[in-house]
Amino acid sequence: MSTPGWVDAALREHEEQAARDAGAGPLQPHPRDERNPGAPQPAPGTVREEQVLARIDRARRSRPRVKEPRITMSHGAGGKASRTLVEAVFLDAFRNPLLEPMEDAARLEAGGASLALTTDSFVVSPLFFPGGNIGDLAVNGTVNDLAVSGATPLYLSAGFILEEGFGLDELRTIVTSMRDAAERAGVQVVTGDTKVVEKGKADGCFITTAGVGLREPGRLLGVATAQPGDTVLVSGPIGDHGTTIMLARGELDIEADIVSDTAPLNGLAAALLAVPGLRAMRDATRGGVATILNEIAAEAGVGVLVREDDIPVRTAVRGAAELLGIDPLYVACEGRLVAVVDGAQADEALAAMRAHPLGAGAASIGQIIADPPGAVLLKTAFGGTRIVDLLVGDPLPRIC
Amino acid sequence: MKFVDEFRNADQAHALAAKIASLCEPGRHYKFMEVCGGHTHTIYKHGLEDYLPESVELVHGPGCPVCVIPMGRVDDAMHLAAEPDVIMTSFGDMMRVPGSNGSFFDAKASGTDIRMVYSPLDSLKIARANPGRRVVFMAIGFETTAPSTAMTVLRAAAEGLTNFSVFCNHVTIVPAIKAILDSPDLRLDGFIGPGHVSTVIGCRPYEFIAADYGKPVVVAGFEPLDILQSIYMLMLQLSRGQATVENQYTRVVPWDGNLVALRAIGQTMELRPYFEWRGLGFISHSALRMRPEYAQYDAELLFKVPGVRVADPKACQCGEVLKGVLKPWECKVFGTACTPETPIGTCMVSPEGACAAYYNFGRLSRQRVKEVTRS
Repeated sequence: MSTPGWVDAALREHEEQAARDAGAGPLQPHPRDERNPGAPQPAPGTVREEQVLARIDRARRSRPRVKEPRITMSHGAGGKASRTLVEAVFLDAFRNPLLEPMEDAARLEAGGASLALTTDSFVVSPLFFPGGNIGDLAVNGTVNDLAVSGATPLYLSAGFILEEGFGLDELRTIVTSMRDAAERAGVQVVTGDTKVVEKGKADGCFITTAGVGLREPGRLLGVATAQPGDTVLVSGPIGDHGTTIMLARGELDIEADIVSDTAPLNGLAAALLAVPGLRAMRDATRGGVATILNEIAAEAGVGVLVREDDIPVRTAVRGAAELLGIDPLYVACEGRLVAVVDGAQADEALAAMRAHPLGAGAASIGQIIADPPGAVLLKTAFGGTRIVDLLVGDPLPRIC
Repeated sequence: MKFVDEFRNADQAHALAAKIASLCEPGRHYKFMEVCGGHTHTIYKHGLEDYLPESVELVHGPGCPVCVIPMGRVDDAMHLAAEPDVIMTSFGDMMRVPGSNGSFFDAKASGTDIRMVYSPLDSLKIARANPGRRVVFMAIGFETTAPSTAMTVLRAAAEGLTNFSVFCNHVTIVPAIKAILDSPDLRLDGFIGPGHVSTVIGCRPYEFIAADYGKPVVVAGFEPLDILQSIYMLMLQLSRGQATVENQYTRVVPWDGNLVALRAIGQTMELRPYFEWRGLGFISHSALRMRPEYAQYDAELLFKVPGVRVADPKACQCGEVLKGVLKPWECKVFGTACTPETPIGTCMVSPEGACAAYYNFGRLSRQRVKEVTRS
């Protein structure tokens, strides 16, 4: 009997990291103890636990590396594996100052104009679901990436990859939905491309959209600007889209009255932009609200504390998630945004959201805290506290 | 939400916590093992430990079906999956469990036909739809999932389906608990008994724990108040000097179990003389295999299974974690070499595994929680 090679490799790497840690000197106990010497000292054992947690923290911050030799479904799920792939392969190759912030859209200046540019591909299965289809999803997705970047969406491109044998009626329905969604969002599809592949080489219809929008010059939005004392808002009940798709696949024999929340968020985002204390907006798509909260914590180097009781979730979504053992915090939305606002202007921002039809169910769900940096904490409805981490891989592929 | 929120009521939790605290004898330390991984998941997911006094410690037990599968068994399954015309099917939890040469997910990415199912009946559906292929269901789990495997085999037999078989890895909970009770390095004050397993086997099989080992057992439900109430019931027994088996989960668990389910298991499966458990080694009469009468549904007889044995990596301390001797964070490779992204040990794979639960939900000492929530 011998141990497999990949285990040996992982252990070697672990030893190397441990050696580097040792070089950095002994681990310090929790800094709070020094600042507040009168405070009760940690219980025996907790110091060692803290040290282990600090070691893990360092391991998490080390350079991302894709260890798998091939792409697996986890790489497309919006969790840790997706992030590692993007950082280790794409960001590494294309690295430039416009790409590096990794926001929903790149912010650029060209010909005297402040622009936002984004792109998104859609492979949702099934193509048609309650509340929408791949067409309006493809328009709204790109419109929303521009809108949450603080831009006014203007023009879209649309690329189609069609499978041999795909019905023309279905294609027409999809394209009509795209036209209607564009009209609703006030954008135009101004360029496009069509490719056809042999039967079996695609799944009916895949769509890629790209979009460009105009930004207000000088307005700097971004999750990295979140500060302790800020409030975290969400624009409505979460998890509707993901749950709808899951049930629409019909594999689970669960029926519920839920429709996708797919909608253009540019009107809502514009209303929020009028609030001076707005720091950042993100649309909670793949990976759900939990993923956005983790992005805020990681990029701003702050903690995020949210209250489970205050997070709006429809009963049907909660019920389905409960049955399937899925946490609604990780389930995708296609018409919800998460906003970080200066605590002093939180009420104003919440009122601005609620005044818009797409923000009627908006709620304040938590706040930014200084400590522990990089972590998202959840005060559970039960009254306990726990970590909310990034998922490794979404249990639900091809959600958008 | 009805039938859920009632069991997550914070006011009732505070009331129970106060009762538990009032039963703590000064200077005494209490150590209870929750046997079932489902309980571990609930404890971390709801932050239940915040309600417990520091002298009450929960130790996470071996009841996670994925966690106890040895690496060699995964390799055997990969071997089966690579046989011509085979479609391998298993539960989602199994997909990321690493073998010597990667997981089911990795094999799937390389073109092996491995499919995730929600129920063994889905495997049967796949078998019906693919008469030219041989569909194997990798069955895992304790007595909780064994009845569904048994019913599926009975259904296949009734339909005369010939292209369906089971790679049986069902294990039984009592020998594992006994192994823990006999383990010299652990002192426990009582057990939070597995709720789902007990819906099938009932509460009687735990009577030896109280009678022979003098430890109280409370079979518990899976909502956080269920667990808190069970801890209270254990504390109450200890304060009275009792050791009996009690059933907290009466809304689901019948004292004598589910006879129909037990009959289905008994009809199709029999005890193996011995079976290897991850980290616990070989335990006699601790697992199930297909009965000779159902040999035509036994993948181990239909295919050549190499019977791979792979040593657990020395640095990996899954065994100690499964027995509750070590806390997840006390394992040398926890969180650095072994993470949910690239798990070395099975305790890091399943959401029911103690290491994964601690890493995903609890990676924050209780001291820190107090500081953060106070401010």
